[in-house]
Amino acid sequence: MRFLPTGEQSDFARTLRGLLDASQVPAAVRAWGAGDHGPGRALWSRLAGTGLCALAADEAHGDLGGLGPLPVELALGFVELGRAGVPGPVVETAAAAVLLSELARLGEEGPAKRFLPGLVAGEALATLTLPGGGPYALDADAAAYCFTVSAAGGLRLAGGGEGGPLRSTDPARRLSRPAPDGEPLATGPRVLAAARTALDWARLLTAAQCLGVGEALLASTVRYVKQRTQFGTPIGGFQAVKHRLADTLLALEFARPLVWAAALGLTPWEVAAAKLAAGEAAYAAAMTALQLHGAVGYTEELDLSLWLRKARPLRDAWGSPSACREAVLGELKG
Amino acid sequence: MDLTHAPEVAAFRAEARAWLAAHVPDSPLPSLETAEGFAAHRAWEARLHADRWSAVSWPAEYGGRGVDIERWLVFEEEYWAAGAPGRVSQNGISLLAPTLFDHGSAEQRARVLPPMASGEVIWAQAWSEPESGSDLASLRSRAVRTGGGWLLSGQKTWSSRAAFADRAFGIFRTDPQAPKPHQGLTYLMFDLRAPGVTVRPIGRLDGKPAFAELFLDEVFVPDADVIGEPGQGWRIAMSTTGNERGLTLRSPGRFLAAAQRLRALWRAEGDPADTAARDRVADAVVGARAYELFTWAAASRFAAGERIGAESSLNKVFWSEYDIALHETALDLLGPDAELAEGAWAEPWVFSLAGPIYAGTNEIQRDIIAERLLGLPKGRR
Repeated sequence: MRFLPTGEQSDFARTLRGLLDASQVPAAVRAWGAGDHGPGRALWSRLAGTGLCALAADEAHGDLGGLGPLPVELALGFVELGRAGVPGPVVETAAAAVLLSELARLGEEGPAKRFLPGLVAGEALATLTLPGGGPYALDADAAAYCFTVSAAGGLRLAGGGEGGPLRSTDPARRLSRPAPDGEPLATGPRVLAAARTALDWARLLTAAQCLGVGEALLASTVRYVKQRTQFGTPIGGFQAVKHRLADTLLALEFARPLVWAAALGLTPWEVAAAKLAAGEAAYAAAMTALQLHGAVGYTEELDLSLWLRKARPLRDAWGSPSACREAVLGELKG
Repeated sequence: MDLTHAPEVAAFRAEARAWLAAHVPDSPLPSLETAEGFAAHRAWEARLHADRWSAVSWPAEYGGRGVDIERWLVFEEEYWAAGAPGRVSQNGISLLAPTLFDHGSAEQRARVLPPMASGEVIWAQAWSEPESGSDLASLRSRAVRTGGGWLLSGQKTWSSRAAFADRAFGIFRTDPQAPKPHQGLTYLMFDLRAPGVTVRPIGRLDGKPAFAELFLDEVFVPDADVIGEPGQGWRIAMSTTGNERGLTLRSPGRFLAAAQRLRALWRAEGDPADTAARDRVADAVVGARAYELFTWAAASRFAAGERIGAESSLNKVFWSEYDIALHETALDLLGPDAELAEGAWAEPWVFSLAGPIYAGTNEIQRDIIAERLLGLPKGRR
């Protein structure tokens, strides 16, 4: 029993944090929202250079570049991605790597051989839809591949979105319904089994990202209330402000160990619990950040908006709170 | 990162589980906030002690098993999962004993701890005063030097368990001239049946005398019952909130067991179409797991030599508000039967309502979180 990240795990997260701190991520997010995916892709490529995406793929297929599966390391990494506000289908790319890797482990190696090396190396972004997930693929217009798994267990490479992508309430996200046609890649129960695993990973990594988003929002707001003066004193000295921030920290600190445990065990109910707690904590952090920044928090020009607008879609992506609550009780017996 | 227990911890768990299965009373004891229930709970403490289960984390010489915090948490999981009685000796074991281990003398430990472990002496706390609640350092009850000891005078209140307990501990003003209110306080133990002590039980919301007022009129306390140096009482009293016991005033096992009972109630009584109720049950299950995992992480940090300080305020706010929400959910599932005073969830619900008030109100805890963990400026309370 040592329920803490190891030194190596902490070092990995610190490395990512250093890389992201030096990467002008807010500018990449704004460019991404404006349809310029260049800076975001370059960022993803640098992140993949740390081995990030390889953590999602099984090392048993070493020739394909996998180093994993290492869900704890990957989840700690995605906390940093959330903290930095990294744009794009990052959860989806990792989940696609899991899907392909898992399918290979189950004996269906073709799709992994074809797509996995490029994903692991950070040369390509992917997006996907899975049974049990939502109907939209995130940022299909920016991804090299859009995988889709049907409820009947058909995996195919979908064509571009029907009628073009839809805008999200977060300008840095675009949503597409995968086209009904496309190249079939595999079919059968192995596809469904791999898709279930990929869904759990997508949910876990979204939870981790939420935790980072919430931490960034809290940190920005704490900085702000120490500087902002009204009635001749920093507003951070007022008890109403302090208590709201205390509650924000509380929710994040109790979500964190759920995310860790979900990564350790990857049992579906624990993953759902982590997603529920981290998603709600991040959204609550967003509402606290908005309220305590006052009117300037309600503007798009403040970079805070990049995180504020992310919190709600991430709370609902890959398992809404209601779906997660159902999963928590559905699976547990007794 | 690792959440698994070593085989010897698993063996300890199995031993505790077997003992509890053989000894936990078949039906619940009467409420420990009644004379009859207090006596029954005291007898249960003696039963635990006879097989060295009453204070497992203490060294063997005082009646414990010398187990580490991991095993203590495992014991607590088993204890509450077995439906074992509430601990009438909790104040002594979780507040006074850690103070004695850190600041008491060997003589005091040898004299005080064994009868605490056996339930022969049950301890009450005596912190608050009528004019000193959250602002505890403003307290005015005094201890005046006399030959071989001190004379206590003044009034304490909200003294949990004092209606039936044997002895009490608290801090008293020994140097009224000290420049700051936190200075000049001394940590003392005293006998609730000593001459000069008047105990007036106070009925809590449900009328049971769960706490009491203490009127003290020149009560003699020998020097042997001063803990640490005179004048150091504040520091000594606060230090126990900053160690691992500050994290474990309410162990996760208690809430894991309660969430399990709630889930069983929901399966038995819940309307499957009522997703609002389902969501609250799910929140209780997730909350218990979150609290458990938060505690494992803190225990791991503690075991690695880190100090646990203001984080214990996060812990206190979480469990106290969690506990109320869990019981409210149970009452809602019970429908009209929720109101019945003898219902299985009624007294625990009443008990939960005090959680945000005692052991440092949640308002004070949130101030501590904001100031010490987030670095916000100190302001007027």
